[in-house]
Amino acid sequence: MKVALHRIAHARSGDKGDTCNIGIIAYHERHYAILVREVTPERVKTFFGSFVKGAVERFELPNLGALNFLLHQALGGGGTLSLRTDAQGKTMGAALLRMEIDAQESEITN
Amino acid sequence: MIRIANGQGFWGDWLEAPVRLIEQGPIDYLVLDYLAEVTMSILQKQKEADPKLGYARDFPPLLARIEKLMRERNVKVIANAGGVNPIACAREVRRIAPSLKVAVVLGDDVFGRLDEFIAQGREMRNMDTGEPLITVRSRILSANAYIGAFPLAEALETGADVVIAGRCTDTALALGPMIQRFGWKADDWNKLAAGTIAGHIVECGSQCTGGNCQADWQHIPDLANIGYPIIEAEPDGKFAITKHPGTGGRISLDSVKEQLLYELGDPKNYITPDCVADFTSIRLKSESPDRVRVSGIQGTARPDLLKLSISYADGYRAIGTLVYSAPEALKKASAADSIVRARLRQLGLSFDEIYTEFFGVNACHGPVAVPNPDPPEVQLRIGVRGPDRKAVDRFTRELVPLVLSGPPTGTGFGEGRPPVREVVAFWPALIARDLIQTRVEVVE
Repeated sequence: MKVALHRIAHARSGDKGDTCNIGIIAYHERHYAILVREVTPERVKTFFGSFVKGAVERFELPNLGALNFLLHQALGGGGTLSLRTDAQGKTMGAALLRMEIDAQESEITN
Repeated sequence: MIRIANGQGFWGDWLEAPVRLIEQGPIDYLVLDYLAEVTMSILQKQKEADPKLGYARDFPPLLARIEKLMRERNVKVIANAGGVNPIACAREVRRIAPSLKVAVVLGDDVFGRLDEFIAQGREMRNMDTGEPLITVRSRILSANAYIGAFPLAEALETGADVVIAGRCTDTALALGPMIQRFGWKADDWNKLAAGTIAGHIVECGSQCTGGNCQADWQHIPDLANIGYPIIEAEPDGKFAITKHPGTGGRISLDSVKEQLLYELGDPKNYITPDCVADFTSIRLKSESPDRVRVSGIQGTARPDLLKLSISYADGYRAIGTLVYSAPEALKKASAADSIVRARLRQLGLSFDEIYTEFFGVNACHGPVAVPNPDPPEVQLRIGVRGPDRKAVDRFTRELVPLVLSGPPTGTGFGEGRPPVREVVAFWPALIARDLIQTRVEVVE
């Protein structure tokens, strides 16, 4: 079934120039494997569509039950160049938490 | 064990936070982070206008306010408030808080040395684009090397009550006192990495104690009186993150993890001037309410290169807004956007970028935003950016006329024409570490 990522994870996002970083953190360690399986850099890139012009990189932090994403060319130029309201990418994590992933109800509730 | 508190996550953070940290419980060091990249260029301009300026002007009055408590409770303050003029900052502190001994760290400012570096054949290529610095040489506004924690430790060694630095790394502010008090050596990589990660957790102030926390934010108590973070650091590199009892906010595994992930790149290679820290080695344990213990941290050798933070002028920008109401607010705002763009084209004005957002519809989340078929109102927000100040200025006169000459219900223009602002761009580059020699001065 499809579930929104926010059912199993929280997030924080920020900027380094025109690169946005999004940390996705599983509320429960047992759900980390679902994040690794479902929240691939390809799906994140597709999810954001035209908002992210460059590549998406993913790094794993199993010790924190977390994934770190770098979204390149994702902030309209970044810093003071960017004309966006959210030039610092502060809300990008909240956006990604609305992405739907495939998971069994039993995986999530157990 | 020593207690290191962070009372300022950026210049503009809550003015009461550092005062409360010192009033409401025991701390040994109060560290304050004032510098964002954009700040350095602003401070450089202030210094050029007045050689007594160029530092964080909120800092000396804060010290005057806490001077007596600092002495009574033996609290030392470490801050990067010096900006591009640490000595002027120190003199002002001495003037209005004369009982405090003040030391400054100098040597990070390389604004006056760029031509020397270029003459030596150092290209200082942009880490993002690969271009050499010479391409923007005439437009450079400020240039600083990020320095680490050892110069701060050296400054504490003078017995100073206040250490003022310029562009040191945010994490160095907390690591400096650990190095000085625990006698950590330049190749104690694991301990230096632990102190660096402690510094990372607290560098944004209350962003690790429940502020801007996504997890369970609705139930985090008393954000109005949020407690700012305190590191309880041990000589072996283990530490705990906590806050004063009775303060608001919440320190939990969730809040600490969110901050650990904030502005993180490759977690195995968190590069600082002091070491390279490995975030995948961190072990967290929730010890008691509002207290998280951190251990297991590993680090590797520091890099041979330091990062330069260079700012340069890159044209002009302006952002204008108008509000349209329902019904069909989005259609009206969209029609108005087309009219502005058509008029700019007819004027023959060109820009590097014209960017439109519909505030209330898609400003934050762009194409990912969930559609709202009939919002009660929409703010049209158009931004332009380009090298020609006159063109940007003309744009600022093209919005208000739409109230009478565009789609119906245009309003919200009470602030008048938007200001034209200079764009300051950044040039991240690397420089050989041996070119940057820091030194400490006690300011009488």
